[in-house]
Amino acid sequence: MAIWLTKDSKVIVQGVTGSEGSKHTRRMLRAGTNIVGGTNPRKAGTTVDFDGTQVPVFAGVAEAMKETGADVSVIFVPPAGAKAAMIEAVDAQIPLAVVITEGIPVHDSTAAWAYNVANGNKTRLIGPNCPGIASPGASNAGIIPADITGPGRIGLVSKSGTLTYQMMYELRDIGFSTCVGIGGDPVIGTTHIDALAAFQDDPETAAVVMIGEIGGDAEERAADFIKANVTKPVVGYIAGFTAPPGKTMGHAGAIISGSSGTADAKKVALEAAGVKVGKTPSETAALMREVIQSL
Amino acid sequence: MDLYEYQGRELFARHGLPVLDGGVATTPEEARAIADRLGGRVVVKAQVKVGGRGKAGGVKLADGVDEAEARARDILGMDIKGHTVHKVMVTTTADIAEEYYFSYLLDRANRTFLCIASVAGGMEIEQVAHEAPEKVVQEPIDANVGVDEAKARDIVSRAGFPADVADQVAAIAVKLWQTFVAEDATLVEVNPLAKVADGRVLLLDAKITFDGNAGFRHPDHEALEDTSAVDPLEQRAKERDLNYVKLDGEVGIIGNGAGLVMSTLDVVAYAGEEFGKVRPANFLDIGGGASAEVMANGLEIVLSDPAVRSVFVNVFGGITACDAVANGILQALKLLGERGEAVTKPLVVRLDGNNAEEGRRILDNAGNPLVERVDTMDGAARRAAELAGVSAESSRVRDESGV
Repeated sequence: MAIWLTKDSKVIVQGVTGSEGSKHTRRMLRAGTNIVGGTNPRKAGTTVDFDGTQVPVFAGVAEAMKETGADVSVIFVPPAGAKAAMIEAVDAQIPLAVVITEGIPVHDSTAAWAYNVANGNKTRLIGPNCPGIASPGASNAGIIPADITGPGRIGLVSKSGTLTYQMMYELRDIGFSTCVGIGGDPVIGTTHIDALAAFQDDPETAAVVMIGEIGGDAEERAADFIKANVTKPVVGYIAGFTAPPGKTMGHAGAIISGSSGTADAKKVALEAAGVKVGKTPSETAALMREVIQSL
Repeated sequence: MDLYEYQGRELFARHGLPVLDGGVATTPEEARAIADRLGGRVVVKAQVKVGGRGKAGGVKLADGVDEAEARARDILGMDIKGHTVHKVMVTTTADIAEEYYFSYLLDRANRTFLCIASVAGGMEIEQVAHEAPEKVVQEPIDANVGVDEAKARDIVSRAGFPADVADQVAAIAVKLWQTFVAEDATLVEVNPLAKVADGRVLLLDAKITFDGNAGFRHPDHEALEDTSAVDPLEQRAKERDLNYVKLDGEVGIIGNGAGLVMSTLDVVAYAGEEFGKVRPANFLDIGGGASAEVMANGLEIVLSDPAVRSVFVNVFGGITACDAVANGILQALKLLGERGEAVTKPLVVRLDGNNAEEGRRILDNAGNPLVERVDTMDGAARRAAELAGVSAESSRVRDESGV
């Protein structure tokens, strides 16, 4: 078991014929992901060969789902077309859409989110601007390297890609149930809270690592949620203690506005909810190691 | 990107919103010419992206062209909270009868847009919300529905705008929403929105933030960026598509991925406490690719910062293999040598993840005395801080001895 993505997940790729889409489709296939198709309205009816695996191209998500039974889509469509791609996924009511694309205008992601809510919230959107979701040993939807670690009992939810990889690497001997990169944009479809709730309900996840960064108040709200709803141990890490206010640090959402969104405030909130917060990635990994050993 | 007030005023005018007539001047003579065109009494306002201009003496009334020129001369070049005034806005004056507040912004927490309106304008809206929350209306705006006349009228009536201005404010609310969307803004704030003596409602201030991700839809936005106010290193980095933020420390930082780089800054700052409190000199995310050319451009920017005394290259090989990164670093050093910018500052390199061992072997075999390999993030941060601390000390000794 894992959350949201399992070995039974049937995955399609929106933008499968583009350079990023095809590069990562090849990698996902190598990682054992069950890729059942891709979409590109101009190349519908063709197939793409990935090292001998023939991946059929469909006109759209709805058609791909009908033909293949796909239940996950990974979106690599460039920013200008990403909103339309998200809306298409929502219209088709695919259960999970993972939006890898970086640089989507926030008006577009906010509109796509509102559209999803207005249509009954039937599609779980992860991202945008995220590395995707990986359930080691089962399936990999996105760009998270598949060979860092194997299956295990830790759940991981993170705003950052490379910090996710770093944490997976530090705890590779223990292994992970599912690693979710929720993305660093101001408006995202899946939050820390969504992942924490799912990990709490997942019998194969014993403890959760939560990685946050400066900007917004998602970590503070996650702290409130943990206090009220999460009984499994949670270890946290926040990046950006030394970031100056008013400067965007790489991720569009990583900005301290006035006095809000600081790493200190997030750390204080998490600790008040009983979360052990590491000062560095390695200290955080050590805290998780202690947690797992004490279980 | 945040706009200056004068840019906001011009943007509002272009979208048909009512603002005061005026212009922007970079010299006292230009200010005089604008005052001459406007005639009568004018306001001369310092253009800086920081609050408290009035208290600092950056906003002055002027009667006639001579006074306008003199006030502009006083204000231009003034320092307001560390911001040098390079431009002044000159407008006609308004006889303000009432001050209101109106804004649209992105509400991250609720993943929607938000309208904030109040009849108590002219002061910080946070203060109003704190002292008289009943005077502040907050209304979520669905991105796919927007603000039509009915919605605008609802907001205007709930916020308690007086009947004699309701029509005008509702019309402004609709047009301001259209501006917010058309320009891909994440904030348009008007404070004050004012009723003037003749009964008109005017937008007397403008605070506008654009979404950088939407730049591809707005080729005109780039020209609004004030490159003179940007740190020259940040400007050079931007021209090379590098994600660089100048900080005030001594340890140059290069890494891949925004989160990892932010984390690297923290780890270096902690380690630096032991070595004369050295701190990170910059944020630089070279992205997932980490090619030799990007590495060379990144190293060049970081090393051209005179405050940098050592550089920490922190890479976790995810998709990019560490052997490619190692070769990239070596090629970058060679490239810089060929460009006549030979590297003289020590580099501490930490490679982990995909093909790390091969990457480390490549660095070792190169035998470059300036490149030091440390295999953990904490250890490498400590070493980079130590090198910056030691060279900081020796340079201080050098300075004191007058050599």
